[in-house]
Amino acid sequence: MTSTPMGVGRAESRPTPRRRPFWTSRRRDHLAGYLFITPQLLGTAVFVVIPLVLVIWYSLHEWNVLAGTFTYVGGENYQALLEDQNLPGVLRATGLFSAGLVVFNLSLALLLAVLLNQRLRGTIVFRTLFFSPVVVSLVAWTIVWGFLLQDDGGINALLRLVGIDGPNWLRGEGTAMWSVIMVQVFKNVGLNMVLFLAALQGVPSEIYEAAEVDGAGRWRQFWRITVPLISPTILLTSIITVIGSLQVFAQIAVLTQGGPGNATTVLVYYFYQQAFQFHHFGYGATLALLLFVIVGALTILQWRMRRRWVFHES
Amino acid sequence: MKRKVWAGAAAALVSMTALAACGGGDDSSSGPISLRMTIWSANEAHLALFNEIAQEYIAAHPNVESITFDPLPFDTYTTALTTQIAGGNAPDLAWIFENSAPDFVTSGALVPLSEKLSSMDGYEYDDLAEAPLRLWQHDGELYAYPFSTSPFGVFVNNDLMAAAGQPTAAELIAAGEWTWDRVIEAAAAVHATTGKAGLVIRDFEYRNWDNLSTFFRGWGARAWSEDGRTCGFTDPEMVEAMTTLHEAIFVKQALPGPGTSADFFAGEAAMTVTQISRASLLDDTFAWDLVPLPAGPAGEYAVIGQAGLGVLRQSAHADVAVDFLAFFTNPENSAKLAQFFPPPRQSLLTAETLAKTNPKLTPEQLQSVVIDGISTGVVKPSHAGAAEIAQEVRAALDPLWTADADVEAVLADVCSRIQPLLAD
Repeated sequence: MTSTPMGVGRAESRPTPRRRPFWTSRRRDHLAGYLFITPQLLGTAVFVVIPLVLVIWYSLHEWNVLAGTFTYVGGENYQALLEDQNLPGVLRATGLFSAGLVVFNLSLALLLAVLLNQRLRGTIVFRTLFFSPVVVSLVAWTIVWGFLLQDDGGINALLRLVGIDGPNWLRGEGTAMWSVIMVQVFKNVGLNMVLFLAALQGVPSEIYEAAEVDGAGRWRQFWRITVPLISPTILLTSIITVIGSLQVFAQIAVLTQGGPGNATTVLVYYFYQQAFQFHHFGYGATLALLLFVIVGALTILQWRMRRRWVFHES
Repeated sequence: MKRKVWAGAAAALVSMTALAACGGGDDSSSGPISLRMTIWSANEAHLALFNEIAQEYIAAHPNVESITFDPLPFDTYTTALTTQIAGGNAPDLAWIFENSAPDFVTSGALVPLSEKLSSMDGYEYDDLAEAPLRLWQHDGELYAYPFSTSPFGVFVNNDLMAAAGQPTAAELIAAGEWTWDRVIEAAAAVHATTGKAGLVIRDFEYRNWDNLSTFFRGWGARAWSEDGRTCGFTDPEMVEAMTTLHEAIFVKQALPGPGTSADFFAGEAAMTVTQISRASLLDDTFAWDLVPLPAGPAGEYAVIGQAGLGVLRQSAHADVAVDFLAFFTNPENSAKLAQFFPPPRQSLLTAETLAKTNPKLTPEQLQSVVIDGISTGVVKPSHAGAAEIAQEVRAALDPLWTADADVEAVLADVCSRIQPLLAD
């Protein structure tokens, strides 16, 4: 405790206030912290913020790459977005792909994780097998599936062995989208499976034992214990999968190029066509912003809904 | 502890600075010049010849340090090229497909060539045939040099034809029966007898429909009118041609259906419609012939695929690039390039000259397919905004490639979708 001497009468007896050094320990800590995150902030600025601002800027222009013209058109591209007759079909295809991927990927990943969480011989081999597609090059994986799904490809050859005349998977309006979804499900199911496995192994076995004592069957245990306790992982995987599904491109470009008709023209592929194939870079930027808004909105929605169904959250 | 924290922070900054330093590169325009040309061929023989020509040029021009040939994937070539242009990383020179010629030629993306080429000593500009240049001109100015003007022909596997008890193409031609009807009949017979594919329109793959012009032109059909403003898919000639094609695929099984692949050059098909540059894929595992396209109801005809070579206006050394283009396509180098790419030079378009550099093809084959084809052929469909139109046609034609398709209804849909784009 410091005490101020109380001088009487003379001003010169007032003590001079002690100057605190500028670089206090607190400031030094702050500076060190900021220096540590500077590389990340710079990266975010250069690769995220600036491109995002540029995309907004481009969306207000008509940019003819070949002619080298860049003309301000105000809200015309947004008007075109509202009037685009292809857009409803594109959004429908995008929604179908996302819904299909999320449902199949998460269900299959959870099923595999539960099966491979048993203490049985050979589970490690199966875990490796199911995870291995994750580390395979996406394009190589997709090209191989492209051959398998041809009319005279491996899948139909297998089906013929059991007397089934398989459809032309990638050319049929009804089968093309489901084929692309399944190719993507098999590619990435291993990743979600590993996340679910880690979550399952974090569930204390005593809870199952207690439930068994109380007479709960396997099914009831799964719904009442397993699912609530791994719900944070379900939230994480669903967010990752939804965002990933909205950004699907390579599979569409390699397998169907958006066809047959426009059945598999999802938003990112449509954006690619408009910007890079048709040279409508301004309109392409507008579509990119639409994708940004949709991804943002869905992520916020999922994050808000977590309180309703994710266990451990207050 | 504090010291460690500071050391860590400093290290992070230093590494950022180092990264930034690595990223910076001053591509100053002073000093020796480097040129880059984008192409869609990664064929080693092509590249060896291009490099040989480039080395000759560099030897005579000390200010030019290097000339790089940058192969981009064929399927996405134009997209990759325009992306490079959009990113400010345009090549100095670029090959251009015939279907995107109007976009490049009319947009101002390319540097005019007429003055340079016509005034250059020994270039013999007047030797260039009029017809192949037309697509690459705008308001009388040449914007790209059609270095390849390659007619489509039919390669025939005589062994497979014989296995199916069919006459060879030469016999059919001699008998005056080289027509699409007879070709479809022979192709169906090959498939029925050998299980191999009958006829393959190469690169069509039920997506790249402009390759079908090699077929429907036999009926006199066109994708759109001469002025490019009216859709031609509902014309009676087109309906008849597409009905014949649909029947050939789904009833007679003369062509492999969608999603079924067959490579003629691997001996998997009896006939294929393609260009002579594919002759390099032939080995002697089967007896083959190259003949012109069969006659259709509208008589004999030829279809040409073209590729242009232009200088991008964005190039920092456009004048040097134009000079190299002139050297690359002068009479001597055109003669060398002719072994792969039929040139527009009339003096080189003789069977004898082409035979010297096309050892796999006989003078008769070169005369009937290449020389006659170039003089009478029409270029594959092209239009401003080609990519968007092509995509609309592709999407609208997809329903045609099923056995129970209503040909007329599908073609009507094609026109309803592309007419607004054509009229723009």
